[in-house]
Amino acid sequence: MTLWTTILIASAVVLGTKLLGYLVPARVAAHPRIQRISDVLTVALLASLVVTQTAAIGSAIVVDARLAALAVGAVLLRIRAPFIVVVLAAAAAAAALRAMGWAA
Amino acid sequence: MTSPAVRATVSMSLGVAGAVSLYGISFGALAVASGLDFWQTQVLSLFMFSGGSQFAVIGLAATGAPGLSVITAAGLLGVRNGLYAVRMSSVVGPGFWKRLLAGHWTIDESTAVAIAQTEPRAQRIGFWLTGAAIFVGWNAMTAAGAILGDALGDPRTWGLDAAAAAAFLGLLWPRIQSRQPAAVAAVAAVITVLTVPTAPAGLPVLIAAGAGVVMALLAERRHA
Repeated sequence: MTLWTTILIASAVVLGTKLLGYLVPARVAAHPRIQRISDVLTVALLASLVVTQTAAIGSAIVVDARLAALAVGAVLLRIRAPFIVVVLAAAAAAAALRAMGWAA
Repeated sequence: MTSPAVRATVSMSLGVAGAVSLYGISFGALAVASGLDFWQTQVLSLFMFSGGSQFAVIGLAATGAPGLSVITAAGLLGVRNGLYAVRMSSVVGPGFWKRLLAGHWTIDESTAVAIAQTEPRAQRIGFWLTGAAIFVGWNAMTAAGAILGDALGDPRTWGLDAAAAAAFLGLLWPRIQSRQPAAVAAVAAVITVLTVPTAPAGLPVLIAAGAGVVMALLAERRHA
């Protein structure tokens, strides 16, 4: 599958899911179990993506500047810093560690 | 004419939209760094228009995950939008074209701002204004980021790979403030660490998601 095909199909799936929600009778989707599964699915996917973005290079687990940067992000989230500040500070932390030669 | 509630809604909508749009710059830059070209990046912001799913696409594409894994992960992350849509259905009201456009703009932020209001009029304004402002701002900033990203060279020098990790953590953070979701997140993280070296690219994320759902169902049965 080319990258273009992937992007177009994935976009259609995500957009289609939103539109589908306007067709579903409210009582079906408002079921507490459906809500809980949706919440859990989102949490598990995001947690997994945090790990792959922080510690994976291909199929290897690698500890590098990204882990320190993530810790900086976590501290900022803890003190309720705005989202954009968290993202920029993490980037700056990783860039600084690499510039100093303290981490790969 | 404009009640204090409506004024508060407008200010909340624009505040949220401003913050989210700024963050579109990092999406644009990271997408280009992940190997997407300018238009591939822009198509994601124009049509997919859901931050979590968009980041999943570029994150997984960068690891060389097969197309089907990328589509599945992005699709599963978009499931919550479908539930927001059900919630927003009565706020949006009838009309085919109106509902079509509303569907496209049904995301975390537009839903959250609408739900936060008590007056029906304020709910409508919150949904539409937040959705519209983020759609315009997010796409403009995505373009800016994609152009800027091309000029930056190696993304690691600027820590853009770490920015993506922090972005996912930022999306996760508000959802793990109670014990059960925090436990699900921890299990998903451990499973990912264990499966990355052994499972094919793209699969660890899906395995972790499946494990999370199983955990939730088991917990439910125990409480029942």
